[in-house]
Amino acid sequence: MGRGSGAASKSAGLVLILLLAGLLPFALSGFRLFQFTQVYIYAIALLGLNILTGYNGQISLGHSAFYAIGAYTTAIMIDRWNIAYGWTIPAAGIVCLVIGFLFGRPALRLEGLYLALATFALALAAPQILKYFEHWTGGSQGIVLSKPKAPLRLPLSEDQWLYFLTLGVLIVLFVLAANLLRSRTGRAIVAIRDNHIAAEAMGINSALYKSVVFGVSAAYTGVAGALSGITIAFVAPDSFSVFLSITLLTGVVIGGLATISGAIFGALFVQFVPNWAQDISKAAPGAIFGIFLIAFMYVMPHGIAGFLRLAWIRVTRPAVTGAKVETKAR
Amino acid sequence: MDIFIQQVVSGLATGGIYASLALALVMIYQATDVVNFAQGEMAMFSTYLCWSLLQAGLPYWAAFFATLVIAFVGGVLIERIVIRPVENAPILTIVIVCIGLLVILNSVAGWIYTYIQKPFPSPFPGKPIKLGNIVFGAHDLGEIGVTLGVLLLLFLFFRYTTLGLAMRAAAQNPTSSRLVGIRVGWMLALGWGLAATFGAVAGMMIAPIVFLDPYMMFGIQIYAFAAATVGGFTSPLGAVVGGLLVGVTENLVGTYVSFIGTELKLTVALAMIIIVLLVRPSGLFGRSFVRRV
Amino acid sequence: MGLTKRVVALLLALGAVTVAGSGVAAAQTVVGVTATEIKIGNTNPYSGPASAYGTIGKALGAYFKKVNDEGGINGRKINYISHDDAYSPPKTVEMIRRLVEQDQVAFVFQTLGTPTNSAIHKYMNQQKVPHLFVATGATKWNDPKNFPWTMGFQPNYQTEGRIYAAYVLKNVPDAKVGILYQNDDYGKDYVKGFKDGLGDAAKKLIVLEQSHEVTDPTIDSQIVNLKNSGANVFFNVTIPKFAVQAIKKSHDIGWKPLHFLNNVSSSLGTVLKPAGLDASKGLITALYMKEITDPQWKNDKGFQDWVAWMKKYYPEGALDDQSNAYAYNVAILLTQTLKQCGNDLSRENIMRQAANLHNVELPLLLPGIKVNTSPTDFAPVEQEQLAKFDGERWAVFGELVDASKK
Repeated sequence: MGRGSGAASKSAGLVLILLLAGLLPFALSGFRLFQFTQVYIYAIALLGLNILTGYNGQISLGHSAFYAIGAYTTAIMIDRWNIAYGWTIPAAGIVCLVIGFLFGRPALRLEGLYLALATFALALAAPQILKYFEHWTGGSQGIVLSKPKAPLRLPLSEDQWLYFLTLGVLIVLFVLAANLLRSRTGRAIVAIRDNHIAAEAMGINSALYKSVVFGVSAAYTGVAGALSGITIAFVAPDSFSVFLSITLLTGVVIGGLATISGAIFGALFVQFVPNWAQDISKAAPGAIFGIFLIAFMYVMPHGIAGFLRLAWIRVTRPAVTGAKVETKAR
Repeated sequence: MDIFIQQVVSGLATGGIYASLALALVMIYQATDVVNFAQGEMAMFSTYLCWSLLQAGLPYWAAFFATLVIAFVGGVLIERIVIRPVENAPILTIVIVCIGLLVILNSVAGWIYTYIQKPFPSPFPGKPIKLGNIVFGAHDLGEIGVTLGVLLLLFLFFRYTTLGLAMRAAAQNPTSSRLVGIRVGWMLALGWGLAATFGAVAGMMIAPIVFLDPYMMFGIQIYAFAAATVGGFTSPLGAVVGGLLVGVTENLVGTYVSFIGTELKLTVALAMIIIVLLVRPSGLFGRSFVRRV
Repeated sequence: MGLTKRVVALLLALGAVTVAGSGVAAAQTVVGVTATEIKIGNTNPYSGPASAYGTIGKALGAYFKKVNDEGGINGRKINYISHDDAYSPPKTVEMIRRLVEQDQVAFVFQTLGTPTNSAIHKYMNQQKVPHLFVATGATKWNDPKNFPWTMGFQPNYQTEGRIYAAYVLKNVPDAKVGILYQNDDYGKDYVKGFKDGLGDAAKKLIVLEQSHEVTDPTIDSQIVNLKNSGANVFFNVTIPKFAVQAIKKSHDIGWKPLHFLNNVSSSLGTVLKPAGLDASKGLITALYMKEITDPQWKNDKGFQDWVAWMKKYYPEGALDDQSNAYAYNVAILLTQTLKQCGNDLSRENIMRQAANLHNVELPLLLPGIKVNTSPTDFAPVEQEQLAKFDGERWAVFGELVDASKK
């Protein structure tokens, strides 16, 4: 079935997409670039959540909290300590890695629904806690930042620079994730999701793996939060309400659970579909968005990536039309 | 001491609110194995329908029971039309469909009824009841009474009726249920219908206290989740105990632990969930999670 | 944007560069303005937790429709573009950039919310795009020195807090104050103004502060604590939903303090009536607008015109929603500003005229309250008057308090 040629065409496609993404800043307006920067930021966060939820089977409704911690880490370091923004991005990742790991330890004991609701609690508490430590976080007023200029006197506008910066981080994190998930560790992560008892019987330390995955997932989301803080140049508790957590989960499921490309599709969805909804109707944009959401799930119950994979299989291998998609979660 | 008792009493009153919606959540979880994120909005929407009926001149109890019927039919229709097509999809797909339903109901309610809050009548006397220095609303008492009544009904239904047993079987093991002749599809629809009905009761009992607006259930649903989680999603009794417990704890901590005060009240309620879950991962009254491997 | 459109836009842009190079006509091309049209941008929460305010954005559109039906302003029709930001600061940034960079509006008007406006504050001033009459009660919008492109509209929350404080100091000899506030920028601003107003006495007079979250279903526990604190003055900083509960609950448990209700919740029809007119008797608030559900304005010309407009242009809007009256006022103020601009609708001149409003009367402001701005005063409405609820209506008393005269 020509796996070699498939892989070749796949990597050719990837190169093409990357080329396109690299050229975009010179073809689009600042505003459009800003929108795509947002897409990439969402994609990073979605990939992080997908590693946890899609690959490892742990449902989290608390990732807005990690997004917030990432954004605030950056904002506080820049605003209060005058640290160059470049350093704050990995710092945000590390802070979230540690917090995520620590939260993941006790959360281990919880399964499915109960984990989802415990993390939901985390998302709800986050804004209140941010307001409580007013001295650091600026309370409900938030912290205003400045947008960074391109370094080394590169002839790029702020928007173009931020676009490239985000794209760069995105690529690095995607490559890392892809390698991780393809490795032994990755197979262990999936094995735990599919049957943790069997996985443990094969000698996988499921507790350790689960909390590490939680930490890594939080780190990705934290980096996304940091980038968001820098591109929006403003952080406030209202930006990280529980709605953000729901948005992230929506993005993961719409994009496709346990797929890497799904993060991009999901990000495109959560960035652009609400805009279309409000363009269609100002009277009840929520209703339009809800209808989009349900319609997508009807047509693509396994998300966009799952749908495309199925379509690809149907096109390339018409004989096996009944082929099942392998993205089923749980 | 008076203040302590008064805080407990008002905590019980608020807890009763959480408990009533938590019951509906538990109901639907037992009957369909789905956590319905749209439960609160369905309750809100039913309450608006009742409000419309009252505006049209119907007497309270007529409107009340008419709403229950409408809610039941609505719940069944939602299952048949909205949930059925994704029935066999991954559980998260169903969750997202429920979230879609949530935003639709919320947005449509705002569109039809505007976002201005509306007073909603109570079937109980309006005068507060005074016992010494302790004051509580007659409605609060009635609300808790109704919640306990619903709890009893649920208990009897699931424990002693064939229909109730069939519903539980259909949710927990659809394949075997089908083999013994249970019409699983209809059982699920029935589950949605009943949950919608209990939700409507909750909505009509809650609205006189918090007033009617499209967001009235938003905060309550969060607490109802907390209540059901603390009590255990598989136990109606747990949901009620959990609700009352969350209501009372939150008040007492907010009153007596000064560094927390009211500013971190919500955080306390949520920390409580996590602590309870660490000790009992399936909630206080829940049966341990049976995982289908 | 379709491909052809994009090509056209590119050609146009090239054309503009050429023209600019020749240096003649460039000065006359003003962004967002043509001979027949002026483009205005706005963001409002049509979805998300603050959807209740979305009616303001819709009412503004409805008012501009009326203006256009009557021929527009100086022959130009208003093209009002409003986007949904769901009250989320990142979305506001996106939508504002869409308005400024893509829709190419002349200016932005009545963007709603404190956190949302904070997120775009710097951007608007860097881009030098007028950011007019923002819909928030925070204090920071009146800062012409550092933010010459941003202007507020309504009296700010801190000022109102100070008005109540002054009343307490003057009229309540042994005051013990209990405060209930929403735990966010809005609640904290009020409390800050109130404490500033009390000055050194604040520590001594305030016996208990209680906060609540928007997600709290009830505030019973807080009211019980406030009563128990022995407070005889109650400063109530809550939105309508909780204000109703607070009034009702304190009445039910027999707590009868001197009750200051923030202006945000002063609606007779949607707050006082549901809470019970009897329970509401004696409430004190500070008003700057006519409260549209108050029977005393039934025969008022401004009120009647408003009702007629609502029925014709915004029939789906609620007649008991003060937000619709608010939008009407501010839309009229904008119309006045644009009229003053004459034919020069450059961004500089729009800002200049917005800072040059003198004694403008708006139909739904309290009698005597006028709009005044100057290059050093970017706070259009700064007067308020105390009012007491007498069981039927808000009876104003005392003098107009003017925050600018201090």
